[in-house]
Amino acid sequence: MIKTLDLVPVLPEIFLAVAGLALLMLGVFRKEDSTKSVSVLVILALGAAMVLVSSLGGDRLVAFNGLFVADRFASFAKGLVLVASAIATAMSLPYLEREKIGRFEYPVLVLFATLGMMMMISANDFIALYLGLELQSLSLYVLAAYNRDNARATEAGLKYFVLGSLASGMLLYGISLLYGFAGSTSFETLANLFSGGHEHPVKPNMGVIAGLVFVLAGLCFKVSAVPFHMWAPDVYEGAPTPVTSFFAVAPKIAALCLMVRVMTGPFADLVEQWRQVVTFVAIGSMFVGAFAAVVQTNIKRLMAYSSIGHVGFVLVGIAAGSTLGIQGVLIYLAIYLFMNVGTFAVILSMRQKGRMVEGIDDLAGLSKTHPMMAFVMAVLMFSMAGVPPLAGFWGKFYVFMAAVEAGQFTLAIIGLLSSVVSAYYYLRIIKVMYFDEPVEAFDKPVGTSMSLVMAVSTIVILAFTLIPAPLVTSAKAAAQVLFPAAG
Amino acid sequence: MLEIGLSHYLAVAAILFTLGVMGIFLNRKNVIIIMMSVELMLLAVNINFVAFSSYLNDLVGQVFAMFILTVAAAEAAIGLAIVVVFFRNRGTIAVEEISQLKG
Repeated sequence: MIKTLDLVPVLPEIFLAVAGLALLMLGVFRKEDSTKSVSVLVILALGAAMVLVSSLGGDRLVAFNGLFVADRFASFAKGLVLVASAIATAMSLPYLEREKIGRFEYPVLVLFATLGMMMMISANDFIALYLGLELQSLSLYVLAAYNRDNARATEAGLKYFVLGSLASGMLLYGISLLYGFAGSTSFETLANLFSGGHEHPVKPNMGVIAGLVFVLAGLCFKVSAVPFHMWAPDVYEGAPTPVTSFFAVAPKIAALCLMVRVMTGPFADLVEQWRQVVTFVAIGSMFVGAFAAVVQTNIKRLMAYSSIGHVGFVLVGIAAGSTLGIQGVLIYLAIYLFMNVGTFAVILSMRQKGRMVEGIDDLAGLSKTHPMMAFVMAVLMFSMAGVPPLAGFWGKFYVFMAAVEAGQFTLAIIGLLSSVVSAYYYLRIIKVMYFDEPVEAFDKPVGTSMSLVMAVSTIVILAFTLIPAPLVTSAKAAAQVLFPAAG
Repeated sequence: MLEIGLSHYLAVAAILFTLGVMGIFLNRKNVIIIMMSVELMLLAVNINFVAFSSYLNDLVGQVFAMFILTVAAAEAAIGLAIVVVFFRNRGTIAVEEISQLKG
């Protein structure tokens, strides 16, 4: 019997792929510069993909012989990634036009990277995981080196490429060991084999554990968790600022969601084995994020260490390994998205006499020259530091609560301590803005897209405390599908 | 006579993989050598997959190896392109010269 190909679950991805190819053609065949029109169309395509994702509903659908899965968790994560990519594209356009580096390939590359992320999130097999991850990574390598006449940007691209391919190699080596010692690459079959539901169950032997550790190391590289974080500060500093603002949000969210899926899917019954590794990585990331950021003077580099710290907090939720933990992870990621795009909108507005500046000292006296921007930045910094009642506090609250419930008290206490240390450098930015003498005002006007992003992210951060229900309940529903046994 | 079995293939792959990783970290000369080391790692993975595939009598490993070959080609193309733009800006591809960004 011929099986018909059920493509409905993959519809958003197919749509994005076709849209990417069509926009590439459009850019090539239009004579004049088409960066602006292609960017607008990319944002529209991302919006349409969002509609398609939500129209799939929450049921678990499988495609491509079980290589691809669409469920509530996938649609939640894809929603975050699509929002992040669309905002990043909108924020890039003014910068590209100003710096005269606008080329239509930029938005198309963002689109393909987003497609890769969506494939990663929906992966249900290591082959699908690898292909999604590489589609994302290859697009990101090019984006990092996008400003090709700038020595720092190309150096960032080169470093990212070398360390990224090393990470892919380690991930693949781990997958090959898992395939050999367990006998499958499918997430469902692996989960069955490890849980003992299969007729020939697999005990966690040396080969499987070595494979698991290699896979984890590869994934930690992609989320820039300690000890595989060394590329992040260099790449964040060297890459053009809009690219950094994209790197800091969408790929991080996608890779962390992928990690959640791998840890709770095929490795659900190896929790005793991976928990120690994830705990160690979480503690390392939180500490490096807190202490290394204190001495930074470049704000993009500071954001790199800040994001390493945030990844550490998210890993606390993963280490808990429960529905509550994953719910905390998803809430944290959603809040992280808005905090970061808002902060990067401010960073992208840091221009003096038409030149971009990146020093933290350049923010001095912002409260007198741009009171609204200073207020936005202050709210976002307080939120990142985890000061109640802002949203950032609730993100940390949910992951730490999950850690305590899972009996991981040390992890929760270390998390709290490093969050106090990291408050120092967030508050230093506020101090520089409000209590230092102004040096030179930033250029005006800031631009509509920037103001809009700043306004929306601030409102979300402020309003989450008052109306948390929509996010909390959808995160809970998304987390529950990963634990079918707990029902 | 010595029978060549799965463990021999795995040993070769492990040695190649280690050589690849060492090549990335110990090499102080040239970025091209780093790219070759990356390829070496991917080939080690492919040997693993094909050996396991034949041992398990399962085709998935060979399919995976095909995908890895394809993606590795794309990756090498992008890597070389980045090396070329880097060379245009700096006039060198020596590893110790890749040090403008630090802190």
